[in-house]
Amino acid sequence: MASEAHGAETGGLVFHPMDQFIVKPLFGGDTIEWYTITNVTLWMAIAVLAVIAMMVLGTSRRAMIPSRSQSVGELAYGFVYKMVEDVAGKDALKFFPYIMTLFMFIVFANFLGLIPMSFTTTSHFAVTVVLALLVFLTVTIVGFVKNGVGFLGLFWVSSAPLALRPILAVIELISYFVRPVSHSIRLAGNVMAGHAVIKVFAGFAAIAVVSPVSVVAITAMYGLEVLVAFIQAYVFTILTCVYLKDALHPSH
Amino acid sequence: MEGDLAHIGAGLAAIGSGAAAIGVGNVAGNYLAGALRNPSAAASQTATLFIGIAFAEALGIFSFLVALLLMFAV
Repeated sequence: MASEAHGAETGGLVFHPMDQFIVKPLFGGDTIEWYTITNVTLWMAIAVLAVIAMMVLGTSRRAMIPSRSQSVGELAYGFVYKMVEDVAGKDALKFFPYIMTLFMFIVFANFLGLIPMSFTTTSHFAVTVVLALLVFLTVTIVGFVKNGVGFLGLFWVSSAPLALRPILAVIELISYFVRPVSHSIRLAGNVMAGHAVIKVFAGFAAIAVVSPVSVVAITAMYGLEVLVAFIQAYVFTILTCVYLKDALHPSH
Repeated sequence: MEGDLAHIGAGLAAIGSGAAAIGVGNVAGNYLAGALRNPSAAASQTATLFIGIAFAEALGIFSFLVALLLMFAV
């Protein structure tokens, strides 16, 4: 249905705003197997290499007076460390490496996706669902290992009246299992929506009358997207911390 | 015919993003009102602000997802 409309419009939209999210194999071939190297693989690898470059190479020559890359690395480290400590508590700090990895990967994938002609890996649900499911599994396993059956106290709100508790338990159970859904869709949805809006305005730029307005709109949206790229990584990380806090201290 | 109905449904689902905008505006506006009354407590509550915005926004993103499904999957 959508593919029929490709380039069919006269004058206006000559490309589809969702075309930028198509997964293509890099080295020819039409079928995509699990091992096929696609543009997603490429941009994920670039994101990982960029994180390594900043955090390992940037801080390899530790100096009293930090170089520019070292101070950026220290800033990112301190930012996430403080967030884990404040939101999830001191005993959650042993999960700091995991949360730091999540934050750095998402922030780099988001920002690399903002480079024109690049591919945004975090705009795909397949990517974010894996990240969110890993967080969900980690949190659930940690909760049961740390608290045993007491972890189920998370669903039994002891401060509520007794008659209400079974109803609340059902609601809490549903909200617990919706977590990975909303956790992943929030990131992918925000990033995808922003990029699609930019492409929609880019389609209007082909019409001479509205093209100045559309170029200004693209610039404004791009500025907003830079903000969104960071905020969504921040939100993903902080929600991981909140879930971790629930797992470590399940009592309400 | 079925495709046309799906497009109408996608447009209706987009109303949800407006509703999410009201929710996010509520959270941010109330945060600002509180922060201006007690600026010294504002910095400690930014994390709560972002969590609140994220929860309000999630449901708007769900409606966006419904619109996408109607456009491309139905």
